Amino acid sequence: MGWGAPVVYLCALALSLGLCALMLILAGKPALGGLFMLFRGAFGQGHSLLDALIKAIPIFLCSLGVALCFRMQIWNIGAEGQFALGAVGATWAALTFGTLPGVVLLPQMFLSALVLGALWGLIPAVLRLRLGVNEIISSLMLNYVGILVLEYLVFGAWKDPASFGFPMTSEFPPAALIARIWPGWLGKLHWGLIACPLAGVAYSVFLNRTRLGFELAACGEGERVARYARLPYGFLVLLVMGLGGALSGLAGSIETSATLGRLQPTLMVGYGYTAIVVAWLARLKPWPIAFTAFLLAALRVGVEAMQLELQIPAAFGQIMEGAILLCVLAGQFFLAYSVSLKRPRTGPPAQVAEARP
Amino acid sequence: MKQRIRTFGALALTLALGLALVLAGCEKASEKAPEKVAPSAEGGPKTGELKIGFVYTSPVGEAGYSWAHDQGRKAIEKLPDVKTSFAEAVKDGTDAERVIENMARSGYDLIFTTSFGFMDPTMKVAKDFPKVKFMHCSGFKSAENVSNYFGRIYQARYLTGMVAGLMTKSNIIGYVAAFPIPEVIRGINAFTLGVRSVNPKAQVRVVWTKTWFDPALEKDAAISLLDVNADVIAQHQDSPGPQEAAQQRGKYSIGYNSDMAVFAPKAHLTAAVWNWAPLYEAIVKEVRAGTWTGNRVIWWGMDKGIVDIAPFGPMVPKAVADKVLAQKAEFVKGNDKVFVGPIKDQGGKVKIPDGVKAEDKELLGMTWFVDGVVGSVQ
Repeated sequence: MGWGAPVVYLCALALSLGLCALMLILAGKPALGGLFMLFRGAFGQGHSLLDALIKAIPIFLCSLGVALCFRMQIWNIGAEGQFALGAVGATWAALTFGTLPGVVLLPQMFLSALVLGALWGLIPAVLRLRLGVNEIISSLMLNYVGILVLEYLVFGAWKDPASFGFPMTSEFPPAALIARIWPGWLGKLHWGLIACPLAGVAYSVFLNRTRLGFELAACGEGERVARYARLPYGFLVLLVMGLGGALSGLAGSIETSATLGRLQPTLMVGYGYTAIVVAWLARLKPWPIAFTAFLLAALRVGVEAMQLELQIPAAFGQIMEGAILLCVLAGQFFLAYSVSLKRPRTGPPAQVAEARP
Repeated sequence: MKQRIRTFGALALTLALGLALVLAGCEKASEKAPEKVAPSAEGGPKTGELKIGFVYTSPVGEAGYSWAHDQGRKAIEKLPDVKTSFAEAVKDGTDAERVIENMARSGYDLIFTTSFGFMDPTMKVAKDFPKVKFMHCSGFKSAENVSNYFGRIYQARYLTGMVAGLMTKSNIIGYVAAFPIPEVIRGINAFTLGVRSVNPKAQVRVVWTKTWFDPALEKDAAISLLDVNADVIAQHQDSPGPQEAAQQRGKYSIGYNSDMAVFAPKAHLTAAVWNWAPLYEAIVKEVRAGTWTGNRVIWWGMDKGIVDIAPFGPMVPKAVADKVLAQKAEFVKGNDKVFVGPIKDQGGKVKIPDGVKAEDKELLGMTWFVDGVVGSVQ
């Protein structure tokens, strides 16, 4: 295959940008200028790169979490709910132990986020193992339940009395906030970034260098194979769902503490769903996951800049995102199959896609 | 190939990270430079092009809260040497902060953040950009370079309440409301006082949706009110959902934010509407003349023309219209008697004594319902 993969990806990207340009022209806006603004808004300035990097942190962590499950063909669609529960856990610790110093309080917050996220991930795992419930359905449904749990608390018991009835908790004490790395030079970039390389390396080591990681990959070949080989299938399902949930929960706690500084329903902007797309585009590998998470985050930031300059509707950003994802996913088809032209004896030449063995 | 992708990804990410660090550095240096040249925020008239940004919480669309603000934006866009831009459908929290910060950084002189949820993000960005002027709508925090503004829409609510009180036959009026915050409670109270001023037997039933824009949910809430025999539906949201529900049941409705007649021509009696242009024009004039200051609360009423009611629907009899317009004339003259006592709360306790006019501070923190409202402020 050689250079096939990068070439296909670049072509898909070019095609999607072409589609976006076409839509811009249809909307009566300058196409090239618009794409240039998008690019400049996403990559052209230091602060926009930093904004994208900050936005990429939760996407990356959630994406690792789901990728771990996808590795053994456990379809965990529940990152969004696990993210919400992580935020709830962190907020609980911040509001309950608010007087403690940061060195004690922050680990408390992460711990309760990890535990709650993991528990939320374990529910579909147990349901699958004990009752044979399809984990796609149960983990997806638990997303809505998780968000409702968050809203129930924010609209009720945890509502800030000074918020004039708006659904938000009071601001966290300073000890509960993740500090910025270097405010003078790196703006809002915060220490939560450290979690990404740590989680990424742990993911790689676990999958490539441990026996459990190998067994996990073997289980990915199919449940019956795994059981025949006497692999601990049930244990591994619990493990990946628990770890995946914990990673998404960690993302939730970092996002709440570092960027919002309080819990409010606007925290939920769909990182958990973006994470699934990222994991899939990156074919479950940690470096590509990091790269793709950053690209998608940058796209969102860039679209905002473009909206401001060109006055295109906000929905245009989502359309562009969709176009890019569609083209790249369609492009992956050409990595699995090769196209050959067959000239039949009669009639015009037809294009036929053939499976490459 | 696997190896290639991995190397490619690693390279790209390293590159991106490196670029981020380098550019962040460059930008820091370049950011400082223009600050020295730029004139100070307070004092001194501003000449040359004025860049003005607007941040909206919902899509502009064809009606509603953000649409009304956008009409104001279009009005000042016509002024000489004024360039405006907006960002729509911006969520509270981190997204809002980033959008406002990007505006401040791209050289906007004046930024209007038009929703309560933008209060904290506005304050945070204002602290980092002391040269940029901020106007936050409907909040209560201010600073050297942040002022608040809002309008006395409750005057328009009072007038629409009079229309509802005169048009109802069942004496039950439904009110689909967003969040139990002072702004909404004040509107419900003024509306109810308007109803009661012409029809002491009528009651106003309130349902909370806890949404600003959710057409389906808000329509359902209106239907629940129609089910308990309400025959006029008023609302405090952006979507026309409640209007459609009233029209489908053959009942009446009262819109909010902008004229909603187009969504329910058979039901729409009138609407309490915003007309931001006079205020936005005045602010631009202040900035031009160098008289703009922070730490202010601007709260204009019908006398300045920033709130009004939409034209009456054809089903409103002339007698009703005349009565309401007579009261409107009083407001336009500056004679605001909406919250003049005696006003009792739901329990019959006198909250505003006879002849006393409630102070603005009281109105801005209003968390109780007047007599005649059925519902709770929870």
